[in-house]
Amino acid sequence: MTAVLPRRRLAALPATPRYIAGRIGQALLALFGVVTIVFFALRLSGDPARLLVPEGATAADIARVRDRLGLNDSLWHQYTTFLGDAVHGNLGYSYVQNRPATDLLAERLPYTANLAVAALVLSLLFGVTVGTVTALKRGRWQERVLMPIVLAGQAMPAFWTGLLLVLVFSVGLRWLPSTGYDGPLSLLLPSVTLAALSAAAIARVTRGAMLEQLAQDYVRTARAKGAGTWRLVTRHLARNTAIPVLTVAALELANLLGGAVVTEVIFAWPGLGQLTVQSVAARDFPVVQAIVLLASAVYVVVNLATDLLYGVIDRRVAAGGGTA
Amino acid sequence: MTEPATFLRIRDLRIGFGSGHEAVRGVDLSAERGETVALVGESGCGKSLTALALLGLLPPGASATGSAVLDGTELVGRDERALRRIRGARAGMVFQDPMSSLNPTTPVGAQIAEVLAIHTRMSRSARRRRAVELMESVGIPDAAARARQMPHQLSGGMRQRVMISIALAGRPDLLIADEPTTALDVTVQAQVLALLRERARDTVLLFITHDMGVVAEIADRVAVMYAGRIVETGPVRAVLDAPRHPYTAALLRSVPDPDRPVAGELPTIPGQVPAAGERIEGCPFRPRCARATDRCLTPPDLTPDETGGSVACWHPHELTEAAS
Ligand SMILES: Nc1ncnc2c1ncn2[C@@H]1O[C@H](COP(=O)(O)OP(=O)(O)O)[C@@H](O)[C@H]1O
Ligand code: SF4
Ligand SMILES: [Mg+2]
Repeated sequence: MTAVLPRRRLAALPATPRYIAGRIGQALLALFGVVTIVFFALRLSGDPARLLVPEGATAADIARVRDRLGLNDSLWHQYTTFLGDAVHGNLGYSYVQNRPATDLLAERLPYTANLAVAALVLSLLFGVTVGTVTALKRGRWQERVLMPIVLAGQAMPAFWTGLLLVLVFSVGLRWLPSTGYDGPLSLLLPSVTLAALSAAAIARVTRGAMLEQLAQDYVRTARAKGAGTWRLVTRHLARNTAIPVLTVAALELANLLGGAVVTEVIFAWPGLGQLTVQSVAARDFPVVQAIVLLASAVYVVVNLATDLLYGVIDRRVAAGGGTA
Repeated sequence: MTEPATFLRIRDLRIGFGSGHEAVRGVDLSAERGETVALVGESGCGKSLTALALLGLLPPGASATGSAVLDGTELVGRDERALRRIRGARAGMVFQDPMSSLNPTTPVGAQIAEVLAIHTRMSRSARRRRAVELMESVGIPDAAARARQMPHQLSGGMRQRVMISIALAGRPDLLIADEPTTALDVTVQAQVLALLRERARDTVLLFITHDMGVVAEIADRVAVMYAGRIVETGPVRAVLDAPRHPYTAALLRSVPDPDRPVAGELPTIPGQVPAAGERIEGCPFRPRCARATDRCLTPPDLTPDETGGSVACWHPHELTEAAS
C-alpha cells in the first residue's frame, strides 16, 4: 500500500511530541541560517550611505551617515546587535523612511496576503478541476483542449502573463483597472497572473494523483456498487488524492509569496513585493532583513504545518497507524 | 420464444480489444435462480473479462458483443446510466483481493452503506443500521464496532466478508465472485465458501475459480473455459466424476486428491495456453491434446449430450470411460 502514497508522508508517521519538537528545532535552525546569510550578503552588496546622501555630498557627509546608521562598527558587532534586537522583536529602523521596519511590513502585509490567498484559491479551483477532468477524460477531447493550457500556464513567466492580461482587459477592453489598489476588482488581474504558475503545478499533481488512484481496485468496487463519476470523485478519489494535492498547494503558497514580488511590481500593487524591490534598490538593510525573516518564517511554518497535517488527513495514521 | 425462460442467459458473448484480439470468443451460459455455476479454467482464459462484461466494467479498450439477459434485463451494450442502475442493485460482485478492493481511507461500514445511498431512499441512520445488520449476517462479530474500522484493521477473511456484504447490500439477483478465496488462508477459504453457499440461495451465483478443487464444494453446475470459449458444461457431479473434454480431464488430474497419498509431483497439462492473439486452426486445445486427429482441424461446437451437459470436442471421453 505504501507505494500508493507520496514519499513525504512517511516522514509524518511518527507524529510524537518528540518528533514535533525536533521538526520545530530544525525549522528555527533554518530560519537562523537564512537570516545570517542574508545579513552578511547584504553588507557585501554596497554602501547604503551613498544612496542616502544628496548629490555632491562630501566624504565627510557620507561618513557621518554611516556613523549614524551604525555601519562603521565591526561586522561582528553589527551582527550581534542585530540578533539581540531581533530576539526582542526589534528589526531596526528603515534607513530611508526612518520608521521601524516591522511597521512598514505590517502596513504592506495585508495587501500581499490578500493577493497570495486569492491566487491560491484561484489556482486550487482551476488546478484541481483541470487535473481531475484531464485524468477522468484521458485520451478524450477534454484532455486535448486542457493540457496545452496547463503547459502554457507553466511555461509563461509572470511578467508575460501579467502584461498580456493588462493589454487585453485593461488597455483593450477597459474592463478592469490595470495598476494600483482600487477596490476588490483591482485584485483580479494580479491574482490571476500570480495564480497561473501555481494552477499549472496543482493541475499536474492532481492529474497524476487521480490517474494513480483511478487504477486502484477500490475504484472498480465503487463502480460495481453503481457509483457515478461525481460520487467517485467526491467520496473516493478526493480523500485519497488529498495528500499530494495539499502538499503541492502548501509549497505553492510559499512560491506565491515569491511570485508576488514580480506581480506586485507589474501591477504597482502596494504589497511586500514592491517594498522588497524598493528596499533592495535603496540598500535599506533593516527592511530587507525583516522581509527575508518573514518570508522564511512563512515558508518554514507552511512546510511544518503540512507535515503535521498529514496525520489528520490520512485517517489511517490517526486511527493508530500500523498496517495489518 | 419457444425456449424455456432462464433467469440468466448469456449468449455468444465476445470480448475484443481494439487490436482485433478477441479474448472471449462466444460464451454461452445459462443459470436458474438459486443455482451456483462455477466458471473454471486456467489463468488468462477469459473468466474475469466474462464477469466484468456482465457489469459493464470491462477495462478501457475492451468491448463486448452478444447478449446477457438477467431476469428480462439486457446487460450487454447498455449505456452508463442504465448500467449504474444495474450495478449494485441487480448484480453484485466480489473481487479477488479484498484489501485492494476496499477504499483504504473509509470505514468499512460506510463502504457497505454506500450501496444503499446509491440505490435506496433510506435515511443515513437507517443505512448505517442496515450496514451493521449485513455485517452480522455475514458472520462478522461485534459488527457495530467493526463498522467504524478501516479495512487495514480487519483480517483478510473479515475484509472478504465485508466485500460480500457490499455485493449483497442491494439484494442482487446475480452475485459474481471472482476467485474470492484465492487471496485467503486455507482455513478462512472454507469459511468464506460456506458463507457464499448460504447467502446465495436466492441468487444466481457465478463462482469463478482456476481451482477444480473447490468446485465440488460450492457449485451445482460447472462450465470449463479454455482460450475464451466454454469447452464443457454439466452438473457438477457428472463433470467431476466423468469429464468428457480432454481439457477437463487434464484439469482434474492436476488437482491434488486427498484420498490418494502424495506421490511425486502432480501431473501438469503439457504445453501452454495459446498466447494472446495467437490463432490456432480448429480446436484451440489441439496443440496440447493427446486425442487430436485431423478432424480437430475443424473447430468443434458445444453440443448437448444425454447427461444434461455439453461438450465441444470431436473425440470426447465416453461416458463409461474412466477419467484417468
Ligand atoms: N486490459 C487488458 N488489455 C489487453 N488484454 C487483456 C486485458 N485484460 C485481459 N486481457 C486479455 O484477456 C485474457 C483473459 O483475461 P482474464 O479474463 O483476466 O483471464 P482470467 O480471469 O481467466 O485469468 C488475458 O489472457 C489477456 O490476454
Ligand atoms: S476436438 Fe480434438 S483436439 Fe480438441 S479437445 Fe477434442 S480431441 Fe482434443
Ligand atoms: Mg481473473
